[in-house]
Amino acid sequence: MLDIATRSLLEPAGLGQGDLETVLNRLVGGAVDLGDLYFQNRQSEGWVLEDGIVKSGNFSIDRGVGVRAMAGTGTGFAYADSIDMPALLQAAGNARSIARSGKSGSAAVVRPVEAPALYAADNPIQAADSATKVDLLRTIDAYARSLDPRVTQVTVSLSCEHESILVVASDGTLAGDVRPLIRLDVRVIAEQGDRRESGNAGGGGRYALSILTARESWQGFAEEAVRQALVNLEAVDAPAGFMKVVLGPGWPGVLLHEAIGHGLEGDFHRKGISAFAGRMGERVATEHCTVVDDGTLSERRGSLTIDDEGTPSARNVLIEDGRLTGLMQDKLNARAMGVKPTGNGRRESFAHMPLPRMTNTYMMPGEHAPEEIIASVDDGVYAVNFNGGQVDITSGKFVFVASEAYRILDGKLGPAIKGATLIGNGPDVLTRVAMVGNDLELDSGVGVCGKEGQGVPVGVGQPTLRIDGLTVGGTQ
Amino acid sequence: MTQSQSVIRSGGTALMDDRESELAMLEDVAGQALQHARTCGADSAEVSVSSGHAREATVRLGEIDVVEDARDRGVSITIYRDRASGSASTADLSRGALNEAVERAVAIARHTQADPAGGLADPERMASNIQDFDLWHPSDVEMTDLIDRAREIESAGLAFDPKVDNSEGASVSVDVAVGVYANTHGFVGSSSRTRYGQSCVLVARDESGMQRDYDWDDRIAFDRLAGVEDTGRRAAERAVRRLGARSVGAEKVPVLFSPEVSCGLIQHLVGAASGGSLYRRASFLLDQQGKDVFPDWVDIVEEPHRAGCPRSSSFDAEGVATSSSPLIREGRLDRYVLGSYSARKLGMDTTGNAGGVRNLIFRPGSRSFGELLADLQRGLVVTEVMGQGVNLVTGDYSRGASGFWVENGELAFPVEEITIAGNLREMFLGLKAAGSDIETRRNVQVPSLLIDRMTIAGQ
Repeated sequence: MLDIATRSLLEPAGLGQGDLETVLNRLVGGAVDLGDLYFQNRQSEGWVLEDGIVKSGNFSIDRGVGVRAMAGTGTGFAYADSIDMPALLQAAGNARSIARSGKSGSAAVVRPVEAPALYAADNPIQAADSATKVDLLRTIDAYARSLDPRVTQVTVSLSCEHESILVVASDGTLAGDVRPLIRLDVRVIAEQGDRRESGNAGGGGRYALSILTARESWQGFAEEAVRQALVNLEAVDAPAGFMKVVLGPGWPGVLLHEAIGHGLEGDFHRKGISAFAGRMGERVATEHCTVVDDGTLSERRGSLTIDDEGTPSARNVLIEDGRLTGLMQDKLNARAMGVKPTGNGRRESFAHMPLPRMTNTYMMPGEHAPEEIIASVDDGVYAVNFNGGQVDITSGKFVFVASEAYRILDGKLGPAIKGATLIGNGPDVLTRVAMVGNDLELDSGVGVCGKEGQGVPVGVGQPTLRIDGLTVGGTQ
Repeated sequence: MTQSQSVIRSGGTALMDDRESELAMLEDVAGQALQHARTCGADSAEVSVSSGHAREATVRLGEIDVVEDARDRGVSITIYRDRASGSASTADLSRGALNEAVERAVAIARHTQADPAGGLADPERMASNIQDFDLWHPSDVEMTDLIDRAREIESAGLAFDPKVDNSEGASVSVDVAVGVYANTHGFVGSSSRTRYGQSCVLVARDESGMQRDYDWDDRIAFDRLAGVEDTGRRAAERAVRRLGARSVGAEKVPVLFSPEVSCGLIQHLVGAASGGSLYRRASFLLDQQGKDVFPDWVDIVEEPHRAGCPRSSSFDAEGVATSSSPLIREGRLDRYVLGSYSARKLGMDTTGNAGGVRNLIFRPGSRSFGELLADLQRGLVVTEVMGQGVNLVTGDYSRGASGFWVENGELAFPVEEITIAGNLREMFLGLKAAGSDIETRRNVQVPSLLIDRMTIAGQ
């Protein structure tokens, strides 16, 4: 990976390892105790079908270098959207302005970071020709429309991304990665009488395009999108109030991402502004709950061979048997807190600074069958699909928004209910987890996490969970 | 680990002090791209080129947290051939990269399908009188000035109340941007603006826990920014007043949206009235043009030619002339929000809204926020909403919320961990009053809005 990244990022500019060391030496010294350079070349291609025709396609190239100078917890950051020595030196000068003018230092000798590749380096944009991709979108459109006459609109989009990154840092880090990322989405509108509802489904990851374009994959997405829209056509108003909630497996793990995950990112702990700050080792969940953030899963959307600071990703246990055991760290926050980085330093692009971010966040399975969990609820809600969520990490309050849910009455599934926001308090929601299912699933690969204006791909997952008390924001 | 007395060496001149030559370079790039598109067989093409330079300083607890210097350039091009289109973009404005982008777009258009609604906007609609809206106010503010100002803002906030004991930092930024849009009708339009921002995020604490809140300002000229004391103090006040917030039980009550959040409601209106939502049949405002959407006292007008408003422009994202026109007139939906593509799909005319609305203004009422509270008597004031629980297809609305409970026409206690729910169509028709406190810093300017009844839920 390092060789490929070096060839694609440095050789065209005629830059060698010696040049990088020159820039690093210029960057560090005086108050600046750590500097890094992040080279990136990202190509992306997207195709969109709407109204039965593939009406648009887009290709883009983002290429540049981000330069960071750290002085304790202070950061000077600059970037250039061309990769050459003058641009690098100018960016280094701007980033170094964090520190008082002082003598230049000397960076450690760089050596390659070893990490087993979690995905192949192949470029998915070249894995199929344009005509094949366009035909696929049309086939999916026809299939979705054939599923039910109430389907009035179908939108299908396919995106393929291929990026090479190279990180070199004054602490001796030299690491490269080549990351493919693909995604297919199907969205439909179904109409019946004067009601109109939408449904959507999709997936992807860092795997071969041929898997996503295989019939069983796209048929599954089309069927799921249509099914959801039709279910919602029948949905009745959702209840309003505090009640038991059963969450289905997979994507509803967005609960963990919002309620727990963000509050365990190292920057919020260093600053003491997380509702979980100072609670390490304490019980924050029932003993059934073990939650991990795992960047090492093969070919998943949230996985990384190395993070954007060159640290190999890891399986970090955040909550073990109900106790808070781990945080997610990047280099800056780990150094300030006197711990090791955990492989969670991520950035949207060379033009953004690294932050502690999640990868794939999920809860380990328990022992209950999902049917048993639903049957245990007298009066509540069963939510199986979500739009997304948001959290206030200081107050701990979080929301996630159900897009497909059902009433549970006397242990049986009742009618579908309209989408509704669920709201709870991060530090205590997992203390209400009464049952954990044996059906752990990871999501299909559609998550984007936003933090400080930066979006990065992530994964979530969980088994079926029963939570004894969440506020459901319906109208009845 | 801390660092002290850092001094910034860079800076010294205004960002992009030679605007004219930067614009000339962008126009040249746009011209090259269009010419190459024609050479490659495009019937027509359009191109946007932009260049920006920004500096920002963030100070946290008196120490420099981040200083950032950001220069961005980019070009995006769309070509049309036999009514099919292809697009490409790159940050590299060199001739080689530009040609490659054009060729990529042309290659894509070989595979996309003919779209009868596609193509450039109609040539007779191109803006011919391009005005200057007084948006360029360069200053020689340096990084050290930004740092000093951020320190002053934060320390004003921290000094406001002993309960404010932590900070996420104060930031001050300067940002200049220029851009050119051109197409093969021969239209070339340029724009430039300066922008100065400041914000502060503070954390207050008492025995009930921690609360975080913020204040911000955003202006086209540095000397128009709010005072440092004001931004710091308001951030502190807002964090402190949330302390001790609690949930409330489920019931149906009147809800007053403060100007921080009322803007969001009108953005949902714009989203549902936009051509893209309408031709996809994904809007609760389908077939509502000319119908009553609000009570008859509501007027909402778009004024794209206001001097000093950052989004003001004589032309939209496809070169079409913009003009002032009502969106809601006496409660009725007067028009949709359309660009050429969605207009053709709907069999209508473009409203000059490719790229969105510009300076959409909800005509304020005459009563103050306090008078609206008295009117409300018992219910909820919402100052923050959370989550994506807005379904524009159906109008169903369900969000997390925080704010204040109101008893006897006065704020009684802070509220959090509740949901508010309703349907936008009913919420708009059930609008009882608009305040006089219009929010002028945003593109969509809206005063406090009082809605007759929503379902709230909590614990």
